[in-house]
Amino acid sequence: MTRQVLLTGGRVLDPSQGTDVVTDVLLGEGKVVAIGRNIGQPDEALVVDCEGMIVSPGFIDVHCHLREPGRADVETIASGARAAAAGGFTAVCAMPNTDPVIDNPAAVGFVVRQGLLANAARVYPIGAISVGQRGEALAEFGEMIDAGAIAVSDDGKPVVSAQLMRTALEYARTFGVPVIDHCEEPTLAAGGAMNEGLVSARLGLKGIPDEAEEIMVIRDILLARLTRSHVHLAHMSTKGSVELIRWGKERGINVTAEVCPHHLSLTEDAVEGYDTNAKMNPPLRTAEDVAMLRDAVRDGTIDLVATDHAPHHYDEKEREFSNAPNGIVGLETALSVVVDSLVVPGYLDFGTLVERMSCSPARLFGLPGGTLRKGAPADVTIFDPSVRWKVDPAQFLSKGRNTPYAGMTLTGRAICTVVGGEIVYTLNEQRDAK
Amino acid sequence: MTAGAPLGKDLLGLEPLSGEQITLILDTAEPFKEISERAIKKVPTLRGSTVVNLFFENSTRTRVSFEFAEKRLSADTVNVSSGASSVSKGETLVDTARNLEAMRIDMVVMRHPSSGAAAFLAERIESNVINAGDGTHEHPTQGLLDLLTLRDHFKKIAGLRVCICGDVLHSRVARSNIWGLRKLGAEVAVCGPRSLLPSAIDDMGVTVFSRIEEAIEWSDALNVLRLQLERMTAGYIPSLREYNRFFGVTRERLERAPRDVLILHPGPMNRGVEIDSDVADGPHSVILPQVTNGVAVRMAVLYLLSGGRPELAEAAKTGKAGGAA
Repeated sequence: MTRQVLLTGGRVLDPSQGTDVVTDVLLGEGKVVAIGRNIGQPDEALVVDCEGMIVSPGFIDVHCHLREPGRADVETIASGARAAAAGGFTAVCAMPNTDPVIDNPAAVGFVVRQGLLANAARVYPIGAISVGQRGEALAEFGEMIDAGAIAVSDDGKPVVSAQLMRTALEYARTFGVPVIDHCEEPTLAAGGAMNEGLVSARLGLKGIPDEAEEIMVIRDILLARLTRSHVHLAHMSTKGSVELIRWGKERGINVTAEVCPHHLSLTEDAVEGYDTNAKMNPPLRTAEDVAMLRDAVRDGTIDLVATDHAPHHYDEKEREFSNAPNGIVGLETALSVVVDSLVVPGYLDFGTLVERMSCSPARLFGLPGGTLRKGAPADVTIFDPSVRWKVDPAQFLSKGRNTPYAGMTLTGRAICTVVGGEIVYTLNEQRDAK
Repeated sequence: MTAGAPLGKDLLGLEPLSGEQITLILDTAEPFKEISERAIKKVPTLRGSTVVNLFFENSTRTRVSFEFAEKRLSADTVNVSSGASSVSKGETLVDTARNLEAMRIDMVVMRHPSSGAAAFLAERIESNVINAGDGTHEHPTQGLLDLLTLRDHFKKIAGLRVCICGDVLHSRVARSNIWGLRKLGAEVAVCGPRSLLPSAIDDMGVTVFSRIEEAIEWSDALNVLRLQLERMTAGYIPSLREYNRFFGVTRERLERAPRDVLILHPGPMNRGVEIDSDVADGPHSVILPQVTNGVAVRMAVLYLLSGGRPELAEAAKTGKAGGAA
């Protein structure tokens, strides 16, 4: 039996029940026990002073790459889960594009077990859509879901065959899980290293047009209509994709979508100077795309924010731009980037931020959490909404250091992360440990 | 790095240079032209300097031109090509360069298949870096020698109408020419099939012609790019025959022009594809003078990056003023 935890004097912000009030929260036996001013203070309770902080249901990242099995030199499930907790995430969903691919129940069980051992953020496996992510035969969704998978995806690669995508959507509907697609028309995107436009023309880098994403976005929306299944579109990056998702939602099609913090804050200009930490897929786009994506997060066309946390080894990024791998780490900067690029300029209030980073992912993916209702899992994020801090990748708990935000000063930071009623991260302890 | 160096530490492209800096290089090249016309083609300007020519792509013309420029300035030169280097053993670019630098070199001339490779290297080593072509980004000394050749002929660049013909999408020569010409006040056009032009070409400050006849009618000079044969196999154009029919620079087409049009080509040529032999070898072709100017321009760049003072370039010829000395 774990010690009770009393979070005192914080601004408790829980859009799932319309709560926004300065009060106390009592956690016990892994669950939310009570919220209120006069809930008492059990003698043995651990008291956390949350004055000036926001206390919200724990953030959930539905899209990260934890690299284990296969590349434990770059990230492990344990280091990724600790990095997640340091970023205020109480749960993360691990993409299956590891080596070997998570395409069978034994592999799913491995991720579940490593996640439990990490004793940090919860780790939910995502199973592959196709065996080996080869885009041919369907993987065993049912077996993987029984073993703990919460969705299926071939992320890292698109599902090229429309027929396979149709079948995956139909089959996943049987088991009630979403199919997550990485929208990229592979022949249009082939060899591309950045957004196609004036900057790519000047830098002499092969561009990836918006249409490479949008063609697959509309295909998937139409297949979701055909199958009446839930399709979730990963890492949306273009204005056109937002328009297409809006079109789909207006027609009642079961499409949901995510956007990454970097697509809400940076443009293709970050590639100037051939900075490989500005290389990701989909690529950074234009200011017009960023503005549209911000609007879409506010109005809910984009349902949630996900990191696409993608650690790479220093040596792999320290090379010629076209030869460097795609992706950046994101777990430990996501909250701050969203605060800085959406809340500070007034696009978003903190309530909507919590909705997009906690309530919405829990609801859409059928995960525990996303609420502080009495009896809900005691997964809580406590963050300082206004602290300014300078990003120093050397301090990351992730093994990855590949971030375009190094040296930047950002706003807002997780102070304490509670998972199942246990404090798994405090900023002060991280500081003391260093 | 030399304090107050007129070009900075490196020559990575023409886009970052000002018109004044480009003119300075061209002016500095003038006195160096004469050295190559002498019986004894050598001056002591870069005596004691070590230059590594690091070529990760095949090149004959550019590599030999740099090597002549270096040797005529009395630099010690070493050629490293990718097939023979430790790169083929898996060494990274930065390790290769740092190892060379540990042998105390002064300059690296690099050709590399990746855009941005020269900038990547320049940030990581102390030596001066000269970009001899990086992917599809820039080939600044080719741009400079094209400018020098145009200036020799027309006695000016400002106001000239120059059309770059062919595969602009994959051409580092095209990019260096576009920036160099625009910075010196020329009007720039491109002509080629849309599948071989960047989709953002209309935002690059150039006129776009879809018909070679219109381009010829407009131009004072054509810079005809090499059509790489692999563009056909990659599906950018259906056939070389059709390319020649619609975009080939032929004598018949030039004869219909309202004025004599100067013909440049960075080489190597595909005769009968982008350019016909009687044009390449005709009276208005300056393709061989381009090659001659290449040596002079590269001498000027080596001289200026090594800390040579532009006003002393004339004296440097005689050996009275040293470069880095």
